[in-house]
Amino acid sequence: MATATFEEISASDFFYRNRDIAGFTNPSRAIFAAIRELVENSLDAAESLKIPPDVYVRLSFEGEASQDTQIYKLRVEDNGSGIQPRFIPSAFGQVLFGSKYKLKQTRGTFGLGGKMAVLYGQIMTHQPAYVTSSTGSAKIYSFKLMMDIQRNRPIILDRKVLINKEQWRGTIVEFTLEGDYLRARPKILEYFKQTAMVNPYANLTFVDPKGRLYKFNRATTDMPDPPKETEPHPYGVDVELLQRLIQVTPYKNMQEFLKFHFHRVGDITAKKFLEFSGINPSKNPKKLSHQEVVKLMQHLKKFKEFLPPDASCLSPLGEELLKAGIMKELNPEYLVVNQRKPSTYAGHPFIIEMGIAYGGEIPKKGSFVIYRFANKIPLLYDEASDVSYRVINSMNWRRYKVSPDMPIAIVVHICSTKVPYKTVGKEFISDRPEVRREVANALREVSRQLQHFLSKREHVDREKRRLSVFAKYLPRIAEFSTILAGKEKRPDIQKLIKSVQKYDTEEK
Amino acid sequence: MTQKKSKGVIAEKKHEIMGSLKKLGTQIYDQLDSGVFPTITMPSRSTENIHYDPDLRQYVLGEKSVTRSARNIRHVKPFTQLAWAAMFSNELTFHRKTSTLRDVYYSAQAYNMTFKDQQESNNIITDLETTTGRSREDFNIFPEERSAVFGDLTIEYTVPGYEGKTLNLSSHPDGVLIGPALTSSEFASTKADKVIAIEKGGLFTRFIEENVHTKHNAVLVLTAGQAPRQTRYFIRRLHDELKLPVYIFTDGDPWGMHIAMVIISGSANAAHLRELTTPDAVWSGVWASDIVNYKLPTDPLDDVDVKRLHELQRDPRYQGDPLWQREIKTFLKIRRKAEQEAFSRYGLTYIVDEYLPAKLENKDKKKK
Repeated sequence: MATATFEEISASDFFYRNRDIAGFTNPSRAIFAAIRELVENSLDAAESLKIPPDVYVRLSFEGEASQDTQIYKLRVEDNGSGIQPRFIPSAFGQVLFGSKYKLKQTRGTFGLGGKMAVLYGQIMTHQPAYVTSSTGSAKIYSFKLMMDIQRNRPIILDRKVLINKEQWRGTIVEFTLEGDYLRARPKILEYFKQTAMVNPYANLTFVDPKGRLYKFNRATTDMPDPPKETEPHPYGVDVELLQRLIQVTPYKNMQEFLKFHFHRVGDITAKKFLEFSGINPSKNPKKLSHQEVVKLMQHLKKFKEFLPPDASCLSPLGEELLKAGIMKELNPEYLVVNQRKPSTYAGHPFIIEMGIAYGGEIPKKGSFVIYRFANKIPLLYDEASDVSYRVINSMNWRRYKVSPDMPIAIVVHICSTKVPYKTVGKEFISDRPEVRREVANALREVSRQLQHFLSKREHVDREKRRLSVFAKYLPRIAEFSTILAGKEKRPDIQKLIKSVQKYDTEEK
Repeated sequence: MTQKKSKGVIAEKKHEIMGSLKKLGTQIYDQLDSGVFPTITMPSRSTENIHYDPDLRQYVLGEKSVTRSARNIRHVKPFTQLAWAAMFSNELTFHRKTSTLRDVYYSAQAYNMTFKDQQESNNIITDLETTTGRSREDFNIFPEERSAVFGDLTIEYTVPGYEGKTLNLSSHPDGVLIGPALTSSEFASTKADKVIAIEKGGLFTRFIEENVHTKHNAVLVLTAGQAPRQTRYFIRRLHDELKLPVYIFTDGDPWGMHIAMVIISGSANAAHLRELTTPDAVWSGVWASDIVNYKLPTDPLDDVDVKRLHELQRDPRYQGDPLWQREIKTFLKIRRKAEQEAFSRYGLTYIVDEYLPAKLENKDKKKK
């Protein structure tokens, strides 16, 4: 399974040596990364069954580790799909377990899920991980695991089977790790808040080492349709993926290989492509030489007649849910959201969802508050490098009568089978023209509506002021003229005040 | 000169003023009562609507008018202020109380009618003047006073507490302040046969000390620089009601010349008002030619003086009597100016004993 490169060291060994890549850069970042990996796994596990997620996270203090770091126990419970017992050891004890021949939108930034977190915990504390899970069947399986890092294999230290009287379903993961919670705390809380914003149907609970409870309650039980699995689109494949497909394919000729392993490829397209690339349709894919595989990939990218990918493999939040999430976490005075039609870059479908919120509890900061999300996870680092940051800052806001000193928050959500992160850090979206265009269009759309709202509100305010001026002065004129004219009874001016109101509403 | 008497002028005027204020109030009331937004129309005071009337020999407002409507969001506040000012003036007039512009500004606050600043409240008073064609002094609103009068003129007070009391204006040697009580007085009698208006206080005192009022049988008026409106109105009344000719003595420079001109023909700022001018009054000196003829000690004209002379040369008020253009030219020729006090080089009484008789005689001759 491993390629030549990976024969030297195991996959888990590789990540052990390069844990920076996975976000475990330093003690504060590590604790944040561990929480987020497990929370995102839990959310995915509930969403795959279209069950509103309940995720409980508890971080408890176990002891001092060094001057700046402590040992913590992290426990994450969910009500998700649960894991079949035979997969549990591998799912948490073996890096790069599972196959990725098929694509769908998932949260996990690295596809490593909790394995990296467990791996990190083991490296730092040499403690086992405890995994308890049930798919809702009659039994609950509980494992005590460690990882054989050099051989990339799970070591089962203990295994228990319990009777599932309550028909509980879900997964509980518990392990110890070293980190710096005090420094990580602001990011962790921000992470929960933003995760709640973009998962308005989830209940999130976090108990921190001091016993403080942070609770983010769901605002709805409506959920987006779970993403469908899809084959990779020909424009988006690389040699590595082709190799893997060739290894596992049951099909014995190129015509069927193309038809069944690629998205939007049917008999006719496959035939046309094979003519175009000069490959014999009856050739067995397993017989392709390395050079032929490279050539195949090049031709796949060059062929113009593949249909663009469809977006059924994406699970955007949708305008209603995005609205609900932003309303619940930001409580703005005004909110408008926009979901763009699916688009593609390099063979990967993506959808941009955008929200702009004004006033209410949004603070005035002198610059817009930007919330960035990719596949329903918040991006909390490197904001200034993100394509949305650039698009937002290059907008001609004066055209929309909007200025950065207004209390405005902008929410950008990109969902894709392959989020176009710029770097291995996976914290910001790269500035690809297709993505930039969609972000800009979405931003323009919501900004236009914000402008309408602002100018309408200004109009109403102006009208109110107008009315109040008349309501203030007309009675005085009546008073003074009555005295001056030597009359007893004041003239009735209510009609006049009303007429100002009526006239002005008709005016616009 | 025989005794002259002019009575009832002030009473009649007061009646008229209250009438015009009530008329304004009734007009607004009736409009409101019939369910329409009230409007007030008044002549426009914009510069293009200010014309010089050669017959009246003063600035007047032209045909253009402006309408203030309570329907207009920008007008409704000044409209209300104007209505308040009219009501306030009516009360002042009715109760025979006086007030100053500063007072008006503060009084408004008692009615919860705040003005942004003094200027705004002054403007509203000017609006009221324009609307009614009456000057603010008629509504008992006076500026701070500094001008004075001295001479054999008996007045009869109309102010509360002094009604019917009389005063001879030669009874106090510093002169009597031309204030609300004086300007609202009726003229009872005078033996004087002329009015001499003087720009500066020093010379006014000198004239009294030297008995100019008896020697020349004159009422002396101190304008104290540019004559205030009520002083101009007072001078006009002396001329109109008592038929006294008016002679004006100022410094021999463009500014003094213009003090005389404003008494004679008024100012553009008061184009909306009448009865503030005395077209028959005469500027008797100090002329530019006097500087030459009397060899007076002088100062050179500076740039602003010259600039002012060029302005006055083009001013319509200076086009009537050839005296004006002649003197302006002389000033520009000699490039010198002299103050009234310059005569003191010939001794303290020279101006009274020599210069004044010569100038008055000169004028008398010219008139006849």
